[in-house]
Amino acid sequence: MFSFNVEKTSERSMFEDQSFWDLIIVGGGPAGLNAGLYAKRKGLKVGIISYEIGGQLHNTSTVDNYLGYQDIEGKALSDQFLSHINHLEIPILKHLKITSIEKKDHDFQLLLSDGKQLRSKTVLIATGGAPRKLNVDGEMTYANKGVSYCTTCDAPFFKGKHVIVAGGGNSAAEAVLDLVPWARKITVVHRSQWRADQILLDKHKKIEHLDVHLNTQILNIYGDDKMNGIDVLDKTTGKTFKIVADGLFIEIGTVPNSHLVKHLVAANEKGEIIVDNNQKTSVPGLYAAGDVTDQPYKQIIISAAEGAKAALAITQYLNHTYKGE
Amino acid sequence: MQTLLNADLQNQIREFLAPMKEKVTLVLFTQESPCETCTETRQLLKEISSLNDKITFVEKDLYEDIRETDLYGITLTPSFVMLDSEGQYRGVKFNGIPAGHEINSFLSAIIDMSGVDFGFDQNVIERIKKIDKKVNIKVFVTLSCPHCPGAVMSAHRLAMLNSNIEGEMIEAQTFYNLSEQYNVSGVPKIVINEKHELLGNQPIEAFLNQLENL
Repeated sequence: MFSFNVEKTSERSMFEDQSFWDLIIVGGGPAGLNAGLYAKRKGLKVGIISYEIGGQLHNTSTVDNYLGYQDIEGKALSDQFLSHINHLEIPILKHLKITSIEKKDHDFQLLLSDGKQLRSKTVLIATGGAPRKLNVDGEMTYANKGVSYCTTCDAPFFKGKHVIVAGGGNSAAEAVLDLVPWARKITVVHRSQWRADQILLDKHKKIEHLDVHLNTQILNIYGDDKMNGIDVLDKTTGKTFKIVADGLFIEIGTVPNSHLVKHLVAANEKGEIIVDNNQKTSVPGLYAAGDVTDQPYKQIIISAAEGAKAALAITQYLNHTYKGE
Repeated sequence: MQTLLNADLQNQIREFLAPMKEKVTLVLFTQESPCETCTETRQLLKEISSLNDKITFVEKDLYEDIRETDLYGITLTPSFVMLDSEGQYRGVKFNGIPAGHEINSFLSAIIDMSGVDFGFDQNVIERIKKIDKKVNIKVFVTLSCPHCPGAVMSAHRLAMLNSNIEGEMIEAQTFYNLSEQYNVSGVPKIVINEKHELLGNQPIEAFLNQLENL
């Protein structure tokens, strides 16, 4: 039987009615959507711009650590969030990217990929992260030819095959579980020790065809038309060896999508935007929340909470500190 | 037979389709057997067309209705095309059932085909209209891929705005051999004129950059 995941829509026209916003939120993941909710409740003129609603939730098959949900598909959770937002009629502009953000006097000017311009008193960057790459030879060559960054999307191509999962965090541990119904054999390769939750690792104990190589570094990916395997270095023994496999799912965390404001704000060496306890960046009126910030724990519930904090702090800023108009 | 869409989904889809302007016709091509998912696709299209009276459903046979098969370049089953209010084929084709996340590209195509404005900037529309070479865009998808409907939607919108362009969704698991032939092991995979490839859900500008350099 087939299932159907109908996406909720929002009227584009609602977005075009406004010329000057109190708050523009860039990003439609948990941080951005929750900020929208809190800002709207405070009565702010708020709009959300997001290329893809849900953000990294889309790459997550099962969420089982968001309070109130024991087991929910990532996309289904983002639909729940969106349904809440739509109920409050918060305008969302989808399938568009922002090409630049500049501060002009007390306000911000945002340029969209379709050429339109927006003006806002404050901006919240909630752009999350993009899958981190291994940066080894063969990664680009075999992208979509065995190498993948989305288990939910691509697991069906590996029916009866041997696949490798690179990484040792929760995403990697989840990827292993997502691949069980499809793959003949799963091998985990991680450069250090497991960082994933024990509850996930306990589930791994029931998987028959799972090999785990910890403290092992991937050196390169090889193949012909398609990927055929990887060369690895066992850091404990100093020996290198090959692992022959049909696929490699890379789940080694994210890199922050902070490029839009890199020229404006202070960021750490990882490119994460530095924020204070109230999600404030180094630029007055510019806030950041979720995985794009230097907050170390990249979790859905933490991103959502940061979105709420940011919206409340922005309301304070608009009421007491903002000097424009 | 049990419906594919429960009452909740029917209501959601009815609401989604409410902005439709003009009539749209869905022409489904099937064959007696063997045809994986022909039955389900037929049922889905019938159920969707029952949710808005501007949608008409027509079924054709791949081998018996040769004229239509040729006219729309149908080679697979199940496969369906979407016609505008004047019965014109505008290059919008789906191969395999648009279930799972792909229901969104299907519903969006209906809305778009009915004449609702895509909201594209005028510059983008001008660039699309200037493409003067024949272009076929294949978008391979899986039904569990949340990034795929965006890519399919872009291919179909390009097709609707320029008669030189055809956009087709291909459900990779139903058409496994075809997917193998195109070396698909990650989706969305976009193949332009059989040789140029784009990876992932790309903005319309990325499609245009490729199409302008064919």
